[in-house]
Amino acid sequence: MSQKKSFQLFDFFYKYGTILTIVVLIAVFTALNPAFISSDNLLNILRSISIVTIIAVGVTVSLSINGFDLSVGSSASLASAVVISMFVWFSQNLVVALLAAFLSAILIGILNSIMIVKLKIPDMLATLAMMFIIQGVALTYTKGATISENMVISDGSYAEGVISPVFAKLGQLPWIIVIMVAVVLVVQGFLSLTKHGRFMYMIGGNQEAARLSGIPVNKYKVAAYILSALLAALGGIVLASRVMTAEINAGGPYLMDAVAAAFIGLSVLGAGKPNALGTFVGAVLIGILQNGLVMMSVPYYAMDIVKGSVLAFALALTYYKQKHT
Amino acid sequence: MNTILDMKNISISFPGVKALSNVDFQAQTGRVHALIGANGAGKSTLMKILSGAYGHYEGDMSINGEPVHIRQPADAKKHGIQMVYQEVDTALIPHLTVGENIMMDQLINGRQEKGWIRWRQLREEAAALLRKMNLSLSPTKQISELTLAEKQMVLIARAISNDCRFLILDEPTAPLSQTETDELFRIVRQLKEEDVSIIFISHRLPELFAICDDITIMRNGELVSKNLIADTTQNEVVERMLGRKMDEQFPTRTFQKGRVLLQASALSASGVNGVNIRIHAGEVVGLTGLVGAGKSEICKALFGESKLEAGEIQLNGKSVLFRSPYDAVRHGLVLVPEERRREGVFVSESVLSNITVTTLTSMLKAGVLIDFKKERERAASIIDRLDVRTPSQEAKVRHLSGGNQQKIAIGKWLLAEADVYIFDEPTKGIDVGAKREIFELIAELAARGKGILYASSEMTEIFGMTDRLYVIYDGQAVLEKETSGTTEEEVMYYSTGGK
Repeated sequence: MSQKKSFQLFDFFYKYGTILTIVVLIAVFTALNPAFISSDNLLNILRSISIVTIIAVGVTVSLSINGFDLSVGSSASLASAVVISMFVWFSQNLVVALLAAFLSAILIGILNSIMIVKLKIPDMLATLAMMFIIQGVALTYTKGATISENMVISDGSYAEGVISPVFAKLGQLPWIIVIMVAVVLVVQGFLSLTKHGRFMYMIGGNQEAARLSGIPVNKYKVAAYILSALLAALGGIVLASRVMTAEINAGGPYLMDAVAAAFIGLSVLGAGKPNALGTFVGAVLIGILQNGLVMMSVPYYAMDIVKGSVLAFALALTYYKQKHT
Repeated sequence: MNTILDMKNISISFPGVKALSNVDFQAQTGRVHALIGANGAGKSTLMKILSGAYGHYEGDMSINGEPVHIRQPADAKKHGIQMVYQEVDTALIPHLTVGENIMMDQLINGRQEKGWIRWRQLREEAAALLRKMNLSLSPTKQISELTLAEKQMVLIARAISNDCRFLILDEPTAPLSQTETDELFRIVRQLKEEDVSIIFISHRLPELFAICDDITIMRNGELVSKNLIADTTQNEVVERMLGRKMDEQFPTRTFQKGRVLLQASALSASGVNGVNIRIHAGEVVGLTGLVGAGKSEICKALFGESKLEAGEIQLNGKSVLFRSPYDAVRHGLVLVPEERRREGVFVSESVLSNITVTTLTSMLKAGVLIDFKKERERAASIIDRLDVRTPSQEAKVRHLSGGNQQKIAIGKWLLAEADVYIFDEPTKGIDVGAKREIFELIAELAARGKGILYASSEMTEIFGMTDRLYVIYDGQAVLEKETSGTTEEEVMYYSTGGK
């Protein structure tokens, strides 16, 4: 009897633990510093998590087929380099710049799929290799330099291209938050309301049974990796717009936060499977922690300890649950 | 001097099943002893008890009259009892060498001093064993480079690297070619000369008659008879294996043969060698043969799951080429696979999404969005029709019983309205009540004019359910007959390689 009770308690924490933690954190940080709850700061938090969330939703799509895309960080870097270079080096317009960035992402998605579907390399290893390759491609493309307006180019003259003013809006309030919310809602709808999303979850649940049920498994895997790369590129584009430059390996640091958010999202509301809303909640949790800890003057170099611990706790919840049901 | 091993009154139960009841078994060194019985007769269980894999049996064992206690593998090895299991790969470590694998027991049980391995000594001892068996196999070769037959030899070498007086071989010839089998028999005869007792489990009667001295027949967990093999015949053995016919409740069907739905000609694929199969509308066609004969391989070749090497498939009179199950399903050919949990259902998904996974495309609105109301209605109709016992549509399939899981694996294809249904061992691991329901379901499909291919190694089911049958042996159809025009004896005779 008491065992059953304790399990119900666990179940409750599994479902609502993440949201509860967010509420508790807000309460604690507000108590310590009332400025935390100000609308300025809340918008600040949302803005700070938007790029992570967009990239993390891409990771979520790859997780839905029981895959894993580790190349999202460097895909974001490459996209930001491509989009800024199109403006600055080649004086292209907004449409061409965005198209070029998304095309690079589709190419990455296809290469990932070839390695995983055709060459049968395990997902995590294939995308790990791809992560290094793209990182190198991005560095080679930018010649190891930050791309910005009026930068000095190799012949000694200044780059003359300018970044489109419309593009500059993407990374500013309110658009950056609008893009994030749109991405979360569209992908959530795609995964939970459409046939394609359902098939992706079925593939993630049992690839062999999915194939024998007549689902074209390989096509969906390719689609998942292309989607994941496209969302990573979108994250990179928004990032580029926010800082108006393409820094070296700009997207790299987002990988770990994105993975953490997606995994924390698994358990939100008891979904038990990758979902975009959960991923968003995971990103909110990380964002609040980061923001609150900065306010409490925790040094930036200690931040990863907290983030890692939160991730470990969330994973423990998920896997413990899997083992005991 | 002969050593005699005696097992008396051996009984063992597993949750819900009495696997063996009061079985006696006797083996002598210097003799080869055949142990035979239909699937589920208890041969492997008895031998696992002898080799110490199951410790919770009742009964007594003795060697030369001295009582022995075998409750774990180490006990069996102490008395010189070694077993080579059918799945050779589970007992070998692929990236280690032949020598290391042969000497594994010595490596583990501490002949090495202070944790150091004496490589030269190990290689030499392994080489000596291989020489003794007249095998030209280098002890430094990696296991992963060996053929199946060579792996088996390595396991036998490992068995005799210890003091081995009783060697149990569980279906050793199932995966072997004729020359490889001859090689195995040479070694068996040699071991016999060296006063080892060989206990030989096999379904292949001609082989047993070629190499064995004694034969013990089992059925349904009981001992049927023990003879000198010279005193019996293949036909007698088959009769005793089958025993009296078990009465199972099969639905009565009136069979109306329609047009030809599926015609496969000279089909060859991995494990399939030039098979012709024809299925008419309304017909239940049996595909029978022993475990490993190639029934599943044929099913998968038809379903586009394995690559066709040769042959042609015609569906509804048109030639088709299935590159994947996706193609097969679109053309109206579906498969309920043998490995239910691995291939048939999605255990971590809901009953609802399991049932509708094959037909989701017909439950959409606006082209891509799932019409959840329609989906629930359709699923409810299947749950109702098949009497799937589940607390709700949202329940995870993992929590249902095997029989109910199988109903779902079948149910997901009922909505698809395919033309040809392939069932691979549809009653594997499910209880009698659920079996009856599955039989009725299949009969109903046939009555609606579907073509059914029913693959099973359960003789009673083949005779209870099918209109016509193919007997598969070694990837080939060795017999095609109207079910009413043949007998279990004849089918068993062809299944075991009789010609």
